[in-house]
Amino acid sequence: MTAIESSILSADAYVQDLLRAAEAQSAIGTFSRRTFLKVTGLVGSGLVLAFYVGEEGVALANAKAKDFAPNAFLRVSPDGTITLFSKAPEIGQGIMTAFPMIIAEELDADWAHVKVEQAAINPAVYGRQSAGGSRSIPVSWDQLRRAGAVGRAMLVSAAAKQWNVSEAECTTENSTVYHKGSKRKATYASLATAAASLPVPDEKSLKLKTRAEYKLLGKRIGGVDNHAIVTGKPLFGIDQVLPGMQYAVFVKCPAVGGKVAEANLDEIRKLPGVTQAFVLEGTGKPTEVMPGVAILAKSTWAAFSARQKLQVKWDESAASKDSWTAYVEQAKKLASQSGPDSIRNTGDVDKVFAESKPVEAFYTYPFIAHAPLEPQNTTASFKDGAIEIWSPTQTPEAGVKLVADVLGIAPEKVTLHQTRVGGGFGRRLMNDYMCEAAAIAKQAGVPVKLQWTREDDMHHDFYRVGGFHSFKGGLDKTGKLIAWQDHFITFTQDGQRPTSGGDLSADEFPAQLLPNARLTQTKLPLKIPTGPWRAPRSCSIAFATQSFLHECAVAAKRDHLDFLLEVMGEPRWLQQGNEFALNTGRAAAVIKLAAEKAGWGKQLPKGRGMGLAFHFSHAGHFAEVAEVSVDENRKLTVHRVVVAGDIGPIINMSGAENQTEGAVVDGFSAAMGQQIDFENGRIVQNNFDAYPILRIANAPKVEAHFIQSDFTPTGVGEPALPPVAPAIANAIFAATGHRVRSMPFTSEGYTI
Amino acid sequence: MRLTINGKEHVVNDVAEDTPLLWVLRDHVGLVGAKYGCGVAQCGACTVHLNGAPVRSCSIPVTAAVGQQVTTVEGLAGKDGKLNAVQAAWIEHDVAQCGYCQAGQIMQATALLKSNPKPTDADIDAAMAGNLCRCGTYTRIRKAIHAAAAKLSGEMVSQN
Repeated sequence: MTAIESSILSADAYVQDLLRAAEAQSAIGTFSRRTFLKVTGLVGSGLVLAFYVGEEGVALANAKAKDFAPNAFLRVSPDGTITLFSKAPEIGQGIMTAFPMIIAEELDADWAHVKVEQAAINPAVYGRQSAGGSRSIPVSWDQLRRAGAVGRAMLVSAAAKQWNVSEAECTTENSTVYHKGSKRKATYASLATAAASLPVPDEKSLKLKTRAEYKLLGKRIGGVDNHAIVTGKPLFGIDQVLPGMQYAVFVKCPAVGGKVAEANLDEIRKLPGVTQAFVLEGTGKPTEVMPGVAILAKSTWAAFSARQKLQVKWDESAASKDSWTAYVEQAKKLASQSGPDSIRNTGDVDKVFAESKPVEAFYTYPFIAHAPLEPQNTTASFKDGAIEIWSPTQTPEAGVKLVADVLGIAPEKVTLHQTRVGGGFGRRLMNDYMCEAAAIAKQAGVPVKLQWTREDDMHHDFYRVGGFHSFKGGLDKTGKLIAWQDHFITFTQDGQRPTSGGDLSADEFPAQLLPNARLTQTKLPLKIPTGPWRAPRSCSIAFATQSFLHECAVAAKRDHLDFLLEVMGEPRWLQQGNEFALNTGRAAAVIKLAAEKAGWGKQLPKGRGMGLAFHFSHAGHFAEVAEVSVDENRKLTVHRVVVAGDIGPIINMSGAENQTEGAVVDGFSAAMGQQIDFENGRIVQNNFDAYPILRIANAPKVEAHFIQSDFTPTGVGEPALPPVAPAIANAIFAATGHRVRSMPFTSEGYTI
Repeated sequence: MRLTINGKEHVVNDVAEDTPLLWVLRDHVGLVGAKYGCGVAQCGACTVHLNGAPVRSCSIPVTAAVGQQVTTVEGLAGKDGKLNAVQAAWIEHDVAQCGYCQAGQIMQATALLKSNPKPTDADIDAAMAGNLCRCGTYTRIRKAIHAAAAKLSGEMVSQN
């Protein structure tokens, strides 16, 4: 194995680690080790609450106001300003509004006068600061509620002391403390300085609000950056500018693993506006810096124009030769067999299949790209052995570590400023573009903005991996599903484990609920990098499993709704107390709700049909019913999608509905027309003309319904997406009798 | 090169003639509301107005804008900061998710309401077909355009 090949392998291992970290659930239901810290000595700054983190926390507390302020969670100033700091990246999931809402609820702050700022990147102070795995809300729920509750308790205590009354007699509302008995009131602003001189109460002694007491949570609250967005303010990574900055492009081999053999750099350096051009050997890891040519210029356009003249001879001896068409042929040949890896083998599927003829089907889905609308970029300035970076990342803390590694400097020498992110979808869990900008800035000796083109973004992604499922389903005499077999054909980088995002769980629905189940796996060797795409694994696997489940219902001549509820069985938790495990009671409730709201079972005209699908992922239970019509030329119209979800109590109803509407559009968009082809290691698609994102005319109506239970609130960015594709595919079958077994649907002749 | 942007004269130097208007706005004039998404007029994130008509600024050379009135999202609000009806409706309906495409959407929608004050759903679909939203906020975009249209027609009635 060449050095570059082993680097590619280690990059996949790194992506798997990122995904594992994003989906870590350890913090759910437990408060982190950190305790609150009041910041003293800030004259005139009022009450500032942060977290105590050992000796570093003490040092922070003694620092000057300007040093400390960015590390705060909340700041109540004597001038009446309440500033709440949002610690996670805003990628369009609405966290910059949801996080402060949670603090404000317990603080009883007047939302109309709350100011929200992006917190500094400092995991030692804030804990988890990434955006991924739909984990931001569940992991931070207790931490943020207690931050607000501690602040409120100190303000109440200050008022009670002033009035010489008991704290228990005081109430709070809209940033004001009230004492009903004496008809006195005091604003938080007037109490801020006094509160700052009080000791911090033990947060565990504080009573948090019950759901019935919420005044802010669950309401429809607009995004805190909305005004800045509609007026075109410089919020995003691409909008950052530094004095003396140069504009960079970085050209890598179109086939991953290729190295620069020769490049016409002398010619490039003479082009108008070009300031520098050089080769970076890189680290050879797709997650860091691959070999390539950097061109720096006085403007973006000068850099873009110069790259058109760039001629590179690539050494592709260790580069990818992957071919999608070859993989499809291989997979088809393997379909009739079982795979060499056993993932689950319970009961006796062979006995069931011997007793009655099984239902059989083969499902396919392609590689797809993330294609966030803001192409990758990062602005960086390297000076005196330290680097300062502005980047639209989903994992700032991982980015700091990686940049430090790549540059060979200590993490303390890396200062990262989180910008707003023009779409994440999992792509920006990886910080390759950040590492590239850092390496280019260091080499160039000037501040640099690295700007990828759309084509760069489409050619150098960590793709949602494609896959194949060869199913058999077994029914008993009553038409009940009792056996499930899936030969899952996926990909591997190292020959040992599936590539990132391409693994099938032994507990994948519905195998875990059936008496007889056999899941086997074949792994085809792959070099093209893969990674998490919105609802990783679920975004593709649910299409296959939920469509085939419907096939089994049809074969059993049963109603899909009854059949699905029968599979769920008695209401129970599959792992008692683990809110990240399927709860069949919650599942059945959302399935019934979606069916009821959609009018399941009603007579529809010819060519029109309804389809149902359920999926559990990222702690969210979601059922969806799509209503479609299909004409004789397979022109598809999705009229509406009814969504029922249970993610516990809703933080921001507007945000939850917006995410759900977006997930339906994204799910349909990907299922309908998106596919990344590759031949000889090269990605075929270049831009949106070949990679269609759904447009407004084809966006279905979406009705979102939430069951607001008392479970811990969990994220909604991902789990609403997986049921979309199978619900539509099942509706197509209901409308036409034609079974769609591959994505994109255009590959089966459908158009919109 | 002299450009009139949001009613203000700008002189830009050292710009190649084939530079798309988008990059002159962003890199030379410092107006970053118009966004780069695809560079080939496929996504609409770069939409600005040329003499009131929506254009994809990534795909027209800056020379085509000389002597014309260029309006960007930064120029939509009144001098007092009052948002136009489309911007206000975008906030009221909490349209944005990541927000990256929304300046382009707002420019396109503003132009639509100028030429068609009461658009139907089909009119909206046709006019907004060139503007991608990767987050899928289309339902809200449609609602916000209808709301802005209703508000503008209300203002017209009260003025008459």
